[in-house]
Amino acid sequence: MSRLRFRPGRDVVCREAVELVTDYLEDALPQAQRRRFEAHLAHCPDCPEYLAQMRAIVALAGRVTPDDLTPRMREGFISLYRRWQADEGT
Amino acid sequence: MPEDPDSELVSRVRAGDEGAFAELAGKYQGTMLSIARGYVPSGAVAEEVVQEAWIGVLRGIGRFERRSSFRTWLFRILVNRAISAGVRERRSVPVEDMGPVVDASCFDPGGTWQVPPEPWAEQVDAQVIAAKISARILAAIDELPLKQREVVTLRDVQGLSSVEVCTVLGISNANQRVLLHRGRSKLRQVIGSEFGRGR
Repeated sequence: MSRLRFRPGRDVVCREAVELVTDYLEDALPQAQRRRFEAHLAHCPDCPEYLAQMRAIVALAGRVTPDDLTPRMREGFISLYRRWQADEGT
Repeated sequence: MPEDPDSELVSRVRAGDEGAFAELAGKYQGTMLSIARGYVPSGAVAEEVVQEAWIGVLRGIGRFERRSSFRTWLFRILVNRAISAGVRERRSVPVEDMGPVVDASCFDPGGTWQVPPEPWAEQVDAQVIAAKISARILAAIDELPLKQREVVTLRDVQGLSSVEVCTVLGISNANQRVLLHRGRSKLRQVIGSEFGRGR
């Protein structure tokens, strides 16, 4: 398992950092590991961009709106609701 | 617990507002279909499952006690229906692909980038580009392996918390994070290839 390749107690290298990004963003890294991850980011020329890209992906996915209902689908939901109300009333 | 974003719509549905019901449906129908498709053999069955879930929601909404968010409750109903309709046993969640998320050839033997990611994160902040690649990201999410798609859709598209996603899917938080990591990493590759060579 690639995620277990990280060996605690020594510096993080880029190959490990990319596997830790989500746990970092989720605030799920143990404190010592988090510190080593951040220490790596502070001096690595490339990993900050990688982290920024993962953040950008989260932001992009958050802006996606699943397809709106077509008018026909909307009608279907309204009639489902009316049938339910009629049933409730009986 | 943070405030339920659907609290007001739920109250209106209870009070007899059919427009509020259509609004809830519009908000969740696409995601529900996408999730249901992962449990049942065909799109047609998925539509039936989603329809049944909505009927279940209407029947239960008067008794819904708001101990969870509406969306957690809704997706739980959906997943339960989908499991009874589907054949797949979902108690354990194997992680589908376990290779590294970045190709090993991008790193030197010491594990440092030798083919670093081409920078593009800053460009994404520009709203125009984001609009252009929005369709691409939706397509990319659709192509993710099933469980990654579920987690990414619920977390990143619908904005559920990790706790909500674990409740809905019945998985551990650690498992949820692995799926999220693999899913997001793939999206990064796809979107990266829109800007450069996708490393």
